[in-house]
Amino acid sequence: MVRFLATKLLYLIPTFLGITLIAFGFVRVLPGDPVLLMAGERGITPERHAELAHQLGFDRPIWAQYFDFLTRLFHGDLGNSLVTKKPVLTEFFTLFPATLELALVAIILATVIGVPVGVLAAIKRGSWFDQMSMTTALVGFSMPIFWWGLLLIILFSSTLGWTPVSGRMGLLYFFKPVTGFMLIDSLLSGQKGAFASAVSHLILPSIVLATIPLAVIARQTRSAMLEVMGEDYVRTARAKGMPARRVVMVHALRNAMIPVITTIGLQIGVLMAGAILTETIFSWPGIGKWMVDAIGRRDYPVVQSGLLMIAVIVMAVNLLVDLTYGLINPRIRHK
Amino acid sequence: MALKKLAAIGAAAMLMCGTAAMPGFAKTFVYCSEASPEGFDPAPYTAGTTFDASAHPVFNRLVEFKPGTTEVEPGLAESWDVSEDGTVYTFHLRKGVKFQTIDGYTPTRTLDADDVVFSFVRQSDAANPWHGYLPGITYEYYDGMDLPKIVKSVEKVDDLTVKVTLNMANAPFLADLAMPFMSIVSKEYADTLQKEGRMADFNNIPVGTGPFKFVAYQKDAVIRYAKNPDYWGTAPKIDDLVFAITPDASVRLQKLKANECQLMPFPAPADLADIKADKNLKLDSQSGLNVAYLAYNTTVAPFDDVRVRKALNMAINKQAIIDAVFQGAGQVAKNPIPPTMWSYNDAVKDDAYDPAAAKKLLAEAGVKDLTMDIWAMPVQRPYMPNARRTAELMQADLAKVGVKANIVSYEWGEYLKKSTEKDRKGAVIMGWTGDNGDPDNFLAVLLSCQATGDGGSNRAQWCNKDFSDLITKARETSDEAERTKLYEQAQVVFKDQAPWDTIAHSTQYVPMRKDVTGFTMSPLGDFTFERVDITE
Repeated sequence: MVRFLATKLLYLIPTFLGITLIAFGFVRVLPGDPVLLMAGERGITPERHAELAHQLGFDRPIWAQYFDFLTRLFHGDLGNSLVTKKPVLTEFFTLFPATLELALVAIILATVIGVPVGVLAAIKRGSWFDQMSMTTALVGFSMPIFWWGLLLIILFSSTLGWTPVSGRMGLLYFFKPVTGFMLIDSLLSGQKGAFASAVSHLILPSIVLATIPLAVIARQTRSAMLEVMGEDYVRTARAKGMPARRVVMVHALRNAMIPVITTIGLQIGVLMAGAILTETIFSWPGIGKWMVDAIGRRDYPVVQSGLLMIAVIVMAVNLLVDLTYGLINPRIRHK
Repeated sequence: MALKKLAAIGAAAMLMCGTAAMPGFAKTFVYCSEASPEGFDPAPYTAGTTFDASAHPVFNRLVEFKPGTTEVEPGLAESWDVSEDGTVYTFHLRKGVKFQTIDGYTPTRTLDADDVVFSFVRQSDAANPWHGYLPGITYEYYDGMDLPKIVKSVEKVDDLTVKVTLNMANAPFLADLAMPFMSIVSKEYADTLQKEGRMADFNNIPVGTGPFKFVAYQKDAVIRYAKNPDYWGTAPKIDDLVFAITPDASVRLQKLKANECQLMPFPAPADLADIKADKNLKLDSQSGLNVAYLAYNTTVAPFDDVRVRKALNMAINKQAIIDAVFQGAGQVAKNPIPPTMWSYNDAVKDDAYDPAAAKKLLAEAGVKDLTMDIWAMPVQRPYMPNARRTAELMQADLAKVGVKANIVSYEWGEYLKKSTEKDRKGAVIMGWTGDNGDPDNFLAVLLSCQATGDGGSNRAQWCNKDFSDLITKARETSDEAERTKLYEQAQVVFKDQAPWDTIAHSTQYVPMRKDVTGFTMSPLGDFTFERVDITE
């Protein structure tokens, strides 16, 4: 197990370096120049442009800038935003808990609903439940997030008045963030009603963000279950008179979980992409919206470091998924 | 039953996030702002969003724009004298103006000349320790308004008197001082932060003399302010001001409808009819201090021939653009400055839409089978909702007079750069929103000889001696009546020479709850809440 982990971590080093190169290169390959965007319609003389580019270090050779980025990185310095002038790391950790909280709730929602629906659809293959749930999943998978979010807001917030339109917390509550997770901070604040407000603000964004992963997980679970249900050992278990519930829960589901867990792991990337739109619709102060703004303004330090941080998180989740396989299936337990 | 229960929970949740004023409670006003501020120090930034969150609620300036106008009135300076030659300004400061007291900082003295001198010097003097207090900090407005060239010195005469000497007479100078970047900051607060080794907090936790004091900011979520109990002006009627940062225009409207906020900026044009129909909302509107235009490159043939430019202007149906692209929220432009600006010359006659005359004029100029580029910017701006659509309409109009137009576009940064290139081909759709309400801020920035060349903002590359002389003279004249005459003449020269096709001045809308009173739209597009109230 330790050796497996060490090998995996060793593989991650070149991956990490590759990502630094991609993250650094990505924003510079995009046409556009942060100095020009700062000047706007007013225009900027070539002399002033050169002066500002020099001040920001953009006049140095590209390899020198990359080397600089790496050196700073290994000292734990991700640079300062060109727009806010604040350290990128500080901004990231201010905003990341909001994205993480939303993504966690969404993935839990998607798994808790998606897996049982998939299992049930597989067991009752061809039934009206199977057909309806899989059609709904197909619709969910193809749902344009922005439109879906707005639709929910108009129905549940504006028309029915059941949920707040956007934000993370009712504006009457005011407390300093401790963990950055609103569900926890609202409890810690001791303010009556704060937790309920945090929950009510999470409902619509987590439904919107969970929609696509939920559809994918349900469909994946169904097909994995169908495959396993046709295996010899399931037939044997049934033949020896094992109760149907036990056959499904112990023999079939456990084996079907391997591809499902892989799918759930892969959904982290989908969640990050979905977070960009979800955060914009629901004014959710997370890193998705932060990155989009930074790309729009060619805020090089934020884009390159933000991408890097997100990539590291996705890498960590994939490592965790690899480790989980062993827990589910002893045959691939890592020695 | 379950539905009822859910509705009850929903209602309770709404109550918790509701913000309407209740008797006995502090009166809170929520503004659904469109983006996060870049920071809270008004000097290094250029975005209106930043100024709405910093300069307007927290700070004051020596002089201020009178609400709803671009007229300058006394601010922290009670009065001022200008020397005969217009180069020396002596400001007499208001006595007893207190800076805000916040958690962890209590000022020990009131506003004095040191604060005013510091507010200038930190931007102008690279040797000042505060000049570079943030990494990569620049003072784009101070530089952009040419103040390094205009201002010679800023001196303290006594505690309440400051003398500013200019290198040359400059009539727009007072209006420059009313702009957000010239907000007066506290030197004592700066010294305290410097001593404590936390200079960056100057940009995070602002302290000013304005109507509201800063309380807290959560990036991309919310900014909180409280009424400044020591405010020198008329006390605000609301106790707490909250900016709920809501980037999407449709979501802002839904929040407004749900009374989660009471006022919002920049509604989507498609939502205007819905807003007008909502009995809980009202819609203020005002002609914006802006212009959208099509700039020909007057140094490149055949656009160096005024007849060609005039002919193309006559070929384009501007009213159709207003109807289709602006959806009626704008008016046809005939001058380079908007009609709400003083010195606007209403006597100027626009080149009327007349394809037949245009064709004739092109033939007269010897231009046949002309093929040209029309540049359409890739972004939406307050003065131009959809440049691509505008370009398509122009393309169709030009085809009718035998001109083949190709539409080109670039990424916004590239567009800004390439459109200023001296030998650029074709005509560029562009626009401008005024900074300080002075005609010089349009005419000199966009059409002066100094602004031609690579990187300049004169995208027509148009350098006309008569026009330049008139605006230079106007800048150096302090009498407004005299200046008005000069600018009126300049507009006649402009129309006669037609370096642009002036397209439109857009209308700006501000939707708010019906019970909101005291909000005045600013021609400069600022959002200020000093006089706002919610009727109960």
